[in-house]
Amino acid sequence: MSREKIREFATAVGERNPVCHDVSAAQAAGHPDLIAPPTFPVVFTMPRIEEMLRDPELGWRFEGTVHGGQSIEFRRPVHAGDELVCTIEIAGFSSRAGTNMLTLKCACTDSAGEAVCEVEALLLSPAAAEAGAS
Amino acid sequence: MTSFEQGAELPPLRVTLTRTDVVRYAGASGDFNPIHWSDRVAQQVGLPGVVAHGMLTMAHAGRLVTGWLGDPGAIRSFGVRFTRPVPVPDVVDGVDDAEGAVVELSGTLKSVETVDGVRTGKVDIKCVFDGKTVLGRATAVVTLPG
Repeated sequence: MSREKIREFATAVGERNPVCHDVSAAQAAGHPDLIAPPTFPVVFTMPRIEEMLRDPELGWRFEGTVHGGQSIEFRRPVHAGDELVCTIEIAGFSSRAGTNMLTLKCACTDSAGEAVCEVEALLLSPAAAEAGAS
Repeated sequence: MTSFEQGAELPPLRVTLTRTDVVRYAGASGDFNPIHWSDRVAQQVGLPGVVAHGMLTMAHAGRLVTGWLGDPGAIRSFGVRFTRPVPVPDVVDGVDDAEGAVVELSGTLKSVETVDGVRTGKVDIKCVFDGKTVLGRATAVVTLPG
């Protein structure tokens, strides 16, 4: 997690709090470095999720996939200097009214192995036109 | 004086999203799905035109809460459903900031409890564009000051 990426993201979402931009302000507030706005973990977990969804082995129809929902749970804020390891698991799958619904859970831990946050994405894709579907 | 008692209303936030905002978010987030920058591609999938990233709308909903608390690190959990897209109008005569999609955010502190000596609150968030809700089940659990 780099300072510049956090600043760039904070700027893009209109977050002007100095703890996201100014290292000394972040440290004065008790953080080790700049902290990221709360939706930032989606930035680094979504590309891994996309990679997984595009893998033919998974059997998911990537074209037409829609982001249906998102939730994030924190043990602590993500801060600059963090090196996070993200582990993705399939937390749920269902099919209703022609739509496949997949819930993926992404657990992020820091270099000390401590849990930092858990990111859960709900993805929707049309179930139609699948080979063998009856 | 800001109140952090049950039932408190958060100071509302009115955000105008322009094409520039959407493109900037694409760059900052790495989400370059063409429905966020190409009217042609967006229309091919049945949208009226370019739409804002759901995550951009969610980020502003987060800012409603963190701005009220004065602390971007105070959110413990935060979840939404993306129920409707937010179409963002094209630039007019090369001027982008003249027009945009106006998103109205408001919130209520629904409940307050003390867990392990820390005051936490559950906030219900409302996010409206063009008279309709665009984020469903939008809630945040936060650490309250004091």
